[in-house]
Amino acid sequence: MAFTSAVITFPGSNCDRDMAVALEKVSGTAPHRVWHGDSQLPEGLDFIAVPGGFSYGDYLRCGAIASRSPIMQAVIAAAERGVPVLGVCNGFQVLTESGLLPGALLRNAGLNFVCREVSLEVANAQSLFTSAYDAGQVIRVPVAHHDGNYFADDATLDRLEGEGRVAFRYAEEVNGSARSIAGLLNAAGNVLGMMPHPERAIEDTHGGTDGRGLFESAIRGLVGA
Amino acid sequence: MKVRVHVSLKPGVLDPQGRAIHHSLEGLGFAGVNDVRAGRLFELDVAETVTDEAIDDMCRKLLANMVIENYRIEKVAA
Repeated sequence: MAFTSAVITFPGSNCDRDMAVALEKVSGTAPHRVWHGDSQLPEGLDFIAVPGGFSYGDYLRCGAIASRSPIMQAVIAAAERGVPVLGVCNGFQVLTESGLLPGALLRNAGLNFVCREVSLEVANAQSLFTSAYDAGQVIRVPVAHHDGNYFADDATLDRLEGEGRVAFRYAEEVNGSARSIAGLLNAAGNVLGMMPHPERAIEDTHGGTDGRGLFESAIRGLVGA
Repeated sequence: MKVRVHVSLKPGVLDPQGRAIHHSLEGLGFAGVNDVRAGRLFELDVAETVTDEAIDDMCRKLLANMVIENYRIEKVAA
């Protein structure tokens, strides 16, 4: 059974092609490419990816304008129906701004743009997006962001941790994120936002393939191995 | 009608930019600055028919992120 996915492109997205290539290489089927001004998604999607970049030039707040664009209203509706949605980097910011995920992503505590490979701990290996990993496994995935410092109030953080909604944690200091949160699930488990870029670690020429497991998890979970 | 919307980080939300500005002020030799918080100012020119409720709605839906920011609306005499 073919894996039907879509990658959303906003003005200023720059990881949409990498995301599309990753989805095609791992699933064998090229994703639909959807433009921000579209108000409808293709029928029968198994998976939606909101890629990284600098949508709308990061104007107002990172992800703020994109989250109010026509296509995001369709993505929000699809997520609420249970369609899996992955937001990476700017895509994570779009998902918090849209209210699909709690909290916000602030300027990095060190103020610098951080662009390097980092170690991540798989904090929840039972989700749709992480089942190919082992709990506690440490993987190496690149980050490239200026505003990845995850913030939520303490009560929200306690609840998120209690519900197993932290998918990935930084295993080293990266950006000042509360509780070292690098990737976060929604309550239903069908939405994942993460600052690191799994789509940049799927083949040997990338310097590592640790990101591949995320796509393999989702594809296996959705259409079978 | 001119309206100013002041958006500021909520108390307790870390403000690395404010901290860097604070540090820079100290570097310039300004003593006695206890804290700096960076915010944002929007100047809106709206029709007289735009209601207070609509302006409040604009703040909540777009101008401020209610998770981390507060806002204050100021009407400016023409």
